[in-house]
Amino acid sequence: MLREGHEVSCLDEDPEAHARLEVNLDRSWEDAGGQFTVGTGLEEEALTSAGIERADAFIASTDGDNTNIVIAQIAKRKFNVPTVIARILDPLRAEWYEKQGVNTICPTRVAIEMLEKEVLEAAAGSG
Amino acid sequence: MGDGKGKYIIIAGAGKVGWNLARELLEKGNEVTVIEDNRNRYTTVEQELEHNIQYGDASELWVLERAGISRADMVIAVTGDDEDNMLICQVAKEKYLVDRIIARVNNPRNRPHFELLGIKPYVSATDLILRLLEHEVPEYGLVHLLDLPEERLEIIEMLLADDSRVAGERVGDLNMPEGSLLISILREGQGGFVPTPDTVLEAGDEVLAVLDPGLEEELKVFFGSDGDGAG
Repeated sequence: MLREGHEVSCLDEDPEAHARLEVNLDRSWEDAGGQFTVGTGLEEEALTSAGIERADAFIASTDGDNTNIVIAQIAKRKFNVPTVIARILDPLRAEWYEKQGVNTICPTRVAIEMLEKEVLEAAAGSG
Repeated sequence: MGDGKGKYIIIAGAGKVGWNLARELLEKGNEVTVIEDNRNRYTTVEQELEHNIQYGDASELWVLERAGISRADMVIAVTGDDEDNMLICQVAKEKYLVDRIIARVNNPRNRPHFELLGIKPYVSATDLILRLLEHEVPEYGLVHLLDLPEERLEIIEMLLADDSRVAGERVGDLNMPEGSLLISILREGQGGFVPTPDTVLEAGDEVLAVLDPGLEEELKVFFGSDGDGAG
């Protein structure tokens, strides 16, 4: 997204995560225009210093479904971010929160659909 | 369910809080299902609670459904994870329309999030201990006896110090801050009583007042000592 000219700010509780941002990048993350804040999405100060108040979009994609659901709602209700997306692995939870107006991406669902398609196509090809 | 008999209560988390709560609620004749996602903990607690505990992650909807959430009268989320507690209570309330929920707050800094998501009541051990401290340590001066944020009402208790500026005043002459009312006085030897306009306040009295939230500081000053010694 940075390459496409957007301004990107990452928030992670692990300071080491910064290194991962620079993989395949010819300069530092900051020089490329990125921002990095150490903290968790549940800390309002961390969200604020990451610049949530002027964000056009917010993506909650920590490794915890419940954490993502909670911080997505904080971003939406408290900071009024126009576009909020939560990554939810559990399809059932994803489906229900989607109905409640939380934009969700469910990688499990996506993977199942892709696998299903592959399997069916392979089966059709061999049959 | 219903007619004054026991309730059906689901408890998420079989830690010290969840386990003991389950025990107490079962003793009182309620039906209880505890949900615990740590296999070892589950095995330990299952030896005592037997069929009253189920193994699984209570933030997964099918686990809640297996525990019979649709007929639950109350869901209590007391896991060690605040996000889990928030989510469990949110789905219990909004998806399964459970009448009563109670959530545990592990980190007091997360309290605003519980409020933002409409999760109440919530219980925070840290806050409870702070309250007790307020009560036990007189330097805190002002003690919250009751907070009803919904009703926008608080009841506080304050000890009138020796140099309190209202000691010696008639209650009828007090010009209490707007939005507050003196409701009772606890006096050494006399116990508690409701004051009349002629009651004269004494140093050492503990006064109980009902007030609008946010007036604590004003009342502290009102009942307190003059900083400049002019009182």
